[in-house]
Amino acid sequence: MNLLAVHVPWGLALGIKTLIVLIVVPTGALLLGYVFLLKMMSHMQSRLGPMEAGPHGSLQLVADGLKFLQKEDVILAEADRPVFKLAPAVVVLSTFLIFVVIPVGPGPGGVVSNLDVGVFYALAVSSLSVIGVLMAGWASANKFALLGALRAAAQLIAYELPLLLAVVGVVLQAGTMNLQGIVAAQQDGSIFGWGFIGNPFIFTQFIGFVLFMVAAQAELTQTPFDMPVAESELVAGYMVEYTGFRFLFFFIGEFGTATAFAALAATLFLGGYALPWFHGTAATVLGPFVLIAKMMLVAFFIFWVRFTYPRLREDQLQSLAWKVLIPLALFNIVLTGTLKVLV
Amino acid sequence: MTDATSEPGSGASDDATAVADAITEPAPAESAAPEPEPSGPSPLGDVAAELFARLEEELGDAILARAENHGTLIVRVRPDVWSDVARVSRTRLECDYLSFVSGIDWLPAPKEGGDDDGDTSSPAQPSEQTVGVTGGETRFQVFAHVQSTRRHWGVTFKADVSDAAPEVGSWTSVYPGADWHERECWEMYGINFDGHPAMRKLYLPHEFEGNPLRKDFPLLARVLKPWPGLVDVEPMPGEGDDEAAPTPDGGDS
Amino acid sequence: MSTTNPPEETMPDIEIDPRDLRHLADAQMNVELDTGDMILNLGPQHPATHGTLRVVVRLDGERVISADPVIGYMHRGYEKLTEFRTYPQITTLINRIDWLSSFANEVPFIDGAEKLMGVTAPPRAQYIRTMLTELSRIATFVLFLGEMSLQVGGITPAFFGFRDREHILNLIESATGGRFHPNFNRIGGIKDDLPWGWLSETRSAMQMVLNSCDDFEDLVAGNEIFQARTRSIGIIPGELGATYGVSGSNLRASGVDWDLRRDGAPYLVYPELDFKVWTHPDGDSYARYMVRLQETRESARMVVQMLDQIPEGPVMAKVPRIIKVPEGEVWVETENPLGQMGYYIVSKGGTGPFRVKIRSASFSNVSILPWLLRGVYVPDVITILASLYFILGDIDR
Repeated sequence: MNLLAVHVPWGLALGIKTLIVLIVVPTGALLLGYVFLLKMMSHMQSRLGPMEAGPHGSLQLVADGLKFLQKEDVILAEADRPVFKLAPAVVVLSTFLIFVVIPVGPGPGGVVSNLDVGVFYALAVSSLSVIGVLMAGWASANKFALLGALRAAAQLIAYELPLLLAVVGVVLQAGTMNLQGIVAAQQDGSIFGWGFIGNPFIFTQFIGFVLFMVAAQAELTQTPFDMPVAESELVAGYMVEYTGFRFLFFFIGEFGTATAFAALAATLFLGGYALPWFHGTAATVLGPFVLIAKMMLVAFFIFWVRFTYPRLREDQLQSLAWKVLIPLALFNIVLTGTLKVLV
Repeated sequence: MTDATSEPGSGASDDATAVADAITEPAPAESAAPEPEPSGPSPLGDVAAELFARLEEELGDAILARAENHGTLIVRVRPDVWSDVARVSRTRLECDYLSFVSGIDWLPAPKEGGDDDGDTSSPAQPSEQTVGVTGGETRFQVFAHVQSTRRHWGVTFKADVSDAAPEVGSWTSVYPGADWHERECWEMYGINFDGHPAMRKLYLPHEFEGNPLRKDFPLLARVLKPWPGLVDVEPMPGEGDDEAAPTPDGGDS
Repeated sequence: MSTTNPPEETMPDIEIDPRDLRHLADAQMNVELDTGDMILNLGPQHPATHGTLRVVVRLDGERVISADPVIGYMHRGYEKLTEFRTYPQITTLINRIDWLSSFANEVPFIDGAEKLMGVTAPPRAQYIRTMLTELSRIATFVLFLGEMSLQVGGITPAFFGFRDREHILNLIESATGGRFHPNFNRIGGIKDDLPWGWLSETRSAMQMVLNSCDDFEDLVAGNEIFQARTRSIGIIPGELGATYGVSGSNLRASGVDWDLRRDGAPYLVYPELDFKVWTHPDGDSYARYMVRLQETRESARMVVQMLDQIPEGPVMAKVPRIIKVPEGEVWVETENPLGQMGYYIVSKGGTGPFRVKIRSASFSNVSILPWLLRGVYVPDVITILASLYFILGDIDR
């Protein structure tokens, strides 16, 4: 493997890649947590609470993290102990697995694992988290947690379909399921012959992008689709019995998955790490920063919606998925296929 | 002040006076004494007269007494027609709104330690038994207030409840909202409501014994620590007769 | 007894829906043998219950088969305690009944005691009382306007509600000295006159309230998801609501045009004010939200009217130093933020009342829950609870 023209042996490369993923997920989660949860949300809500620790409240996250670490690790007597302990790890694991295929630079060195079925893989492992959620809800021996877990299962299954169908348009247009290939297709493509800025699929796949964002909001269980954790109904859903570090795991999982989905959306629809006129070494160096910038932009929309909207009811959520999103996604696929053949 | 002492309703005079003789003597004497004896039932306002006319048409001699008290018509009925009262008030009086159903215990508040020790359990209360503006024959009464959202009037009904077996009919079949009110009255006064579908404790724990709002149920905090209310009345600043006595602190404020 | 039965022709039909009564029959908590259902305890520690209301719901999936509110976790026995206190002391207690609008609780009690004593407060005191009552109403309702959104899932408006409530509480504090429990009413008037500058400050605060009502209308009531969650959810028919004793905005949202400020016995200075009583024909959670939103605006306008009209003069009538209330009984009722608040005061001529029946609004408002919650989904339970807007102290007393 070549990293900035320096040859790196296979074993070391694997180690570096693993380390990068291990660092990226918590860092991304904390970054989003800080920027959006603590800063943007507080400013939107005229709240002064998160302004106390450090200059402009910059150390609030550290304070929160330390608080979680100090908390007693409560495991209920009725709980199914091994499952209870394993559940947060399963949730976080699915987040780690998504990052494996997200490219941050050109070539095989820019991605941990350059899978040919990258999109397929990313969407598949993202739904692994539902297993962890179900485990958490079941093992907590709490009715609220169980209701939350069942809601999460129903919701994630329902929204997996529009999520996949929304991406099908992108795959059709790019002609590949490899994420590097999709990025390259956007950088080098053209919008009906006009290729000045390449072809970020957000323009040609706008329906797909909207569908993807709506479905991702549901996958992330963010408002208006946060019924599994609905704090005013189910208190905190499947997380209700978790304390301290285990709760922090769920927190990292939640925001890490938000990072992952934002990065995935940036890669699929906004051109990923690539900028239109940058190639070669410049792209390699700038790649990660460009991806982070685009990811933050997408995440901003995710959280903006989260802080603004009330929550739907479970049956309304299902009817939205099956009656609106899925027909629209199918229409998008037909449209994309037709144009692909004609143009 | 339209406060008026009641007399038995004209339709039921024989019945009511007959029973009135049987009750303890202070009640009618006390309530009638401060005012010149009216020749008959006190005059009612227009609205109250209209309401009372409708009531009298329906309930007849079951009405024992009436009074217009600070603008509210109060009617005391025989306890056996208590559940009919609900039906009549909802239909004939057009009172669709149930304000409350509750009870009252007319037993004078017991004094802990006797009168000569001063007040120890409660603020000064006369110790004779009175029974309110519409009279009464028993220690317990139930009373309820219904109102009309369309006609904007309201009536308070009262009924005596016997000490031995305190029970009246339930209002739940006419006013479903009476459910909780009657449960509260049952646990607080021990007055049962015949026909209530699920009589169980509302506020109190299931194993609670006693009826807390009865006058003979002591307020434990007051038993343990005497009421300080009247003891430490301090003179108002600037009141001449108290300035001669300096306080122990020597303050000359 | 035959005379008590009415003649047939004078008896209008009572239309009692059998559904009204069905819950009474199956209001039993011990249903352990029903294996198909799940019993879920909403509360007493649950964020949606504003305190310690417990609702035992039997669920089939997420659909409520029956709901049984269990109250009394905060029962403080005020009706007993009032019998052991003097009249001036009791205002301290009744401040804590509906703690969001404490001042409004004092008004009817003091009004009743004044009626029994034959004392009338001077006009300026009446105006100040009315203004503080309306400010309490605004403070209660702006919290509701945000809180309702929180229970439906939108967190941001809740903070706006608290922000606006803060403005009102500052006003109440500067006038009375107490943020939550003013204890400012005296028999015969109020404790003090208003501080300097209070009137102009109130005027600008009212403008702020009106502006934020527009925000709430856009942000919450205009939101499609909010409407999807609240429209035709938790419908209370007006006639049925009245028989349950549901009052105030909850009843007006069911199309019953009844406001004690306008329709009851005249109290405070409401007869001198020009205001509109808002109703809504639907009776659902959305209607309750809209009625309270309009009433907040109406209250702000009423306060501005009073600021223009308030007369000069004393704020305290001549009353004896030791309050002794003559023998008698009186029923007083007022339109409090949560609904009809009433006191039935029985006096025997002592320094304290003989019996005070406290008729609080939330108690009756919540008593309709078993009927209302049957057949709805768990998320709707929360919206319905939020839209009824009860205060635990007002239920349990």
